[in-house]
Amino acid sequence: MIPMAFEYHRAASVEEAIRLLEQYGPDAKVLAGGHSLTPLMKLRFAQPAHVIDIGRLHELRYIREEGNVIAIGALTLHRTVAESATVRQRIPVLAEAAFRIGDVQVRNMGTIGGSLAHADPAADYPAVVLALEAEIVAQGPAGRRTIRARDFFRGPFTTALQPNELIVEVRVPVPSGKTGSAYQKYPHPASGFAVVGCAAVLTVDAETCRDVRVAFTGVATQPFRDTVVEDALRGQRADEATVRAAAEKAAEGVQPLGDAFASAEYRRHMAKVYARRALLQALTRAT
Amino acid sequence: MVVTRIFGARIKRREDPRLITGQATYTDDVVLPGMCYAVFVRSVQAHARIRAVRTDAAQAHPGVIAIFTGRDLQEKMGLIPTAWLIPDSDLKTPPHPPLAVDRVRYVGDAVAVVLATTRAAASDAAALVEVDYEPLPAVADPEKAVQPDAPRLHDDVPDNVAFHWKVVNGDVDRAFAEADVVVRQRMVNHRLVPCAMETRGCVAHYNKGSGELTLWMTSQNPHIHRVILSGILHLPEHRIRVIAPEVGGGFGSKIPCYPEEAVVSFCAVELGVPVKWVEDRRENFVATIHGRDHVVYLEVAARKDGTITAIRGKCYANLGAYLSTAAPGIPTILHGLMMCGAYRIPNVHYEVLGVLTNTTPVDAYRGAGRPEATYYVERLVDLVAAELGMDPVEIRRKNFIPKDAFPYTTPTGLTYDSGDYERTLDEALRIVDYAGFRREQEEARRQGRYLGIGFSTYVEICGLGPSQVAGAVGFQGGLWESAVVRFHPTGKVTVLTGSSPHGQGEETTFAQIVADQLGVPIEDIEVLHGDTDLIPMGWGTYGSRTTPVGGAAIAVACQRILAKARQIAAHLLEAAEDDLEFENGRFYVKGSPDKAKTIQDIALAAHLAWSLPSGVEPGLEAQAFYDPPNFTYPFGAHVCIVEVDPETGEVKVLRYVAVDDCGRVINPLIVDGQVHGGITQGIGQALYEWAVYSEDGQLLTASFNEYAVPKAHQVPRYETARTETPSPHHPLGCKGVGETGTIAATAAVANAVMDALRPLGIRHLDMPFTPERVWRAIRQAQGPGGIP
Repeated sequence: MIPMAFEYHRAASVEEAIRLLEQYGPDAKVLAGGHSLTPLMKLRFAQPAHVIDIGRLHELRYIREEGNVIAIGALTLHRTVAESATVRQRIPVLAEAAFRIGDVQVRNMGTIGGSLAHADPAADYPAVVLALEAEIVAQGPAGRRTIRARDFFRGPFTTALQPNELIVEVRVPVPSGKTGSAYQKYPHPASGFAVVGCAAVLTVDAETCRDVRVAFTGVATQPFRDTVVEDALRGQRADEATVRAAAEKAAEGVQPLGDAFASAEYRRHMAKVYARRALLQALTRAT
Repeated sequence: MVVTRIFGARIKRREDPRLITGQATYTDDVVLPGMCYAVFVRSVQAHARIRAVRTDAAQAHPGVIAIFTGRDLQEKMGLIPTAWLIPDSDLKTPPHPPLAVDRVRYVGDAVAVVLATTRAAASDAAALVEVDYEPLPAVADPEKAVQPDAPRLHDDVPDNVAFHWKVVNGDVDRAFAEADVVVRQRMVNHRLVPCAMETRGCVAHYNKGSGELTLWMTSQNPHIHRVILSGILHLPEHRIRVIAPEVGGGFGSKIPCYPEEAVVSFCAVELGVPVKWVEDRRENFVATIHGRDHVVYLEVAARKDGTITAIRGKCYANLGAYLSTAAPGIPTILHGLMMCGAYRIPNVHYEVLGVLTNTTPVDAYRGAGRPEATYYVERLVDLVAAELGMDPVEIRRKNFIPKDAFPYTTPTGLTYDSGDYERTLDEALRIVDYAGFRREQEEARRQGRYLGIGFSTYVEICGLGPSQVAGAVGFQGGLWESAVVRFHPTGKVTVLTGSSPHGQGEETTFAQIVADQLGVPIEDIEVLHGDTDLIPMGWGTYGSRTTPVGGAAIAVACQRILAKARQIAAHLLEAAEDDLEFENGRFYVKGSPDKAKTIQDIALAAHLAWSLPSGVEPGLEAQAFYDPPNFTYPFGAHVCIVEVDPETGEVKVLRYVAVDDCGRVINPLIVDGQVHGGITQGIGQALYEWAVYSEDGQLLTASFNEYAVPKAHQVPRYETARTETPSPHHPLGCKGVGETGTIAATAAVANAVMDALRPLGIRHLDMPFTPERVWRAIRQAQGPGGIP
């Protein structure tokens, strides 16, 4: 459990981090909270020649209200998100999900930008940022660009980030209207990662599901929006029977993962159960 | 400290402040000048012939000092021995070289050792060692391994069966022929990884001048390690010093003599520099022993009224690729002989096949054979009850060994020392409000909720044990324990114990024994252990023997001290010995308590020796070697309440009540701690922990990412209580409690899950009750259109 030798760089600014990324690009890994990268390096699954530590970039630790958007600095700890009064009031589902990540030690070290960049297919944040239609702000040598969450995840541990880009911010629009949201997760008993995690955001208008967004993590090789469930609900009556029927369609057309702990068949079943639970909770909160 | 009596006082563990503030010295904290680091190259193949081991690239890596392969050590080191040679069996002990020579037999089998100036350099160089393997077919499943066409692990064990062993008594065939009901069940007691918080490790230092090897190592029994290492290394026993500094948990996994500590010692002698090796967590999963792993076929014969008349079984015990130090004794002596549990079952026939497979060796893991026995017996009792429509409590009462039957000799030949099984059960029922729970369960079922209650009324064999019995059952050692109690001139006391506690808290409980016996403040007593140069020969800590045997040795030594002190006191007080009272550390003549000599006064007088009675030697110190007349048999009733989510198969433990009887209790806080930890490991086996091998011998759960040791939020708040039935043969009436929780809990949880699932028509499921497994069982029981 000793990593391969690597060169360590500590970035003093975002610009320096990007300069280093430009220089070392594909041979480099960014170290934020380190709770995904260091275990992989110790197991020698990851053997970067260069590690760029951005842990001291305190300017990336913030939670700001910018009108109807909550802007979260990339280095904001899971614990900070979980405990933030702003997040809890305005986008409670994000705080709920942050609170379900790993354990106390992980939440005290892990960062939102790090988790998203790592793109573990069973991590908690990806489902929630997908359901909230958040935007990920990346900075590269040419400046900043904004990537929609649904365009961000490209596969297991694969994202739309370029090798010379760094996530600097996550922008989460505050849902409007009578909106309820929920994150329901069945954690793996060992790792705490989601065997099935479902984030649901439901906006109700005149007893109708005006808008609905459902996203899963843990179920497939990458987190995804479940448009089949969403389509089955949008414009329909906002009641328990409708939700139950829609949840039955969860993960349709998706090839679920299967492993020693949970087969593909069981994951598909659990996706339905957890979609229903998340949607019903969101419905209760919306009304 | 304000305590009425130190014996029985709920005082905090004295060792904890240093352990929890980082002030303690573990093996990895030992740093010696010029020390180099060893890293082992391990097989990634479950079974393969080694065509070649190429070390050139590794040798050239900066910092590398030396590399040894199995062939290099072949002539220089002895084999790794098996030290429990069970009698009345056809036991074969296939050779176990310290490093694999021409064949690897499990993933993790050590092939070479790389020594370098830093751990990082050794790790990098180890990755450069190329082993050319010719893969061979592998087998991980014990039932498959005994098939005629199975891959053969060792040339001298043609059928992969290291031994056949059985225990038979009574007329089993007749009992089955005359039975009203016969219940049959195949059960799996799956494999576990001990997962001590501290992995294994050692630091070896060879002093060329004195010719002495000093080995700091993670050991539960340093003296045993010394004697075995002496044989492997061809070094005289008195030239080896084994020190077990703080040891961060063992659960049995630090009993065995493994290849690594021997190889590291050899390297230190050969190279003349100190060598450190610390196992990493990934290695720990494959290179340190595993526990349990049985497949059993069981049958029980019973009468209509619930009386169980016979038990019959055949057990395939998976022992892994080599026979670890105590491996043969675990599924036989410590398991097979306990197959009647707490019940008066007159007829028994139990066969065990010790099977070799391409997996990590299996040895003692907390409870070692007894959790398996308890699980089978307690499940069987419930199955008979279900078959007869009886309440699980009533069938237990019907079959309990009654309290007036002790000492009770089982048909397997053990003599249970004392017991009152109904009393612990009654107390547990009272705490859990059994009738109330059954009503709640009824009500919940009407709402589609599945609650279940499970009982485990266990008895266990502990306090290992009488040396004569150890010899009779083939254990290659004694099982007595040593103690030295030494007064210093100032009245302070040093206690040396041959036990080797590593988390059990005996620095506190042993000090309580001494404080109680000698009337010395506990602050004035230190307890030392774990150093073969300092401590007289002793056998170590395992099998819940530390307090029952090591503690008894201390009590005997204290009595010897007091006998001498009384002589000196009588002399100083100018009185007859018989006229003296001893109370709270003071000797006085009956009737005049004001004129007293404290034990400290006596200690000083003994050391000054200005005025001693004639024939009395100076000094105040006593030694004892205590060999127990029998094992001790703690028992109890554990009750678990669970809820099963029929939709997902998730199991949640709602309540856990443990009523234990471990005889007299020295420190209730420590006993609670032992029970809590044990229950957690038992729940762990029932619900979470599972070492899964693929068919071809790859360990699929080889990290904490897959292998689920229960976390605090996954277990309930435990409700503990106790009854006290002293051991009649123990000097202090104690029985031992280190393993009771693990022994009892797994069955209690399993029975609770099965009770919850009973309305669905599910009779038995194998552990662990993972959600998918439970969900599938429910779905199968319901058929299409049942519960979704």
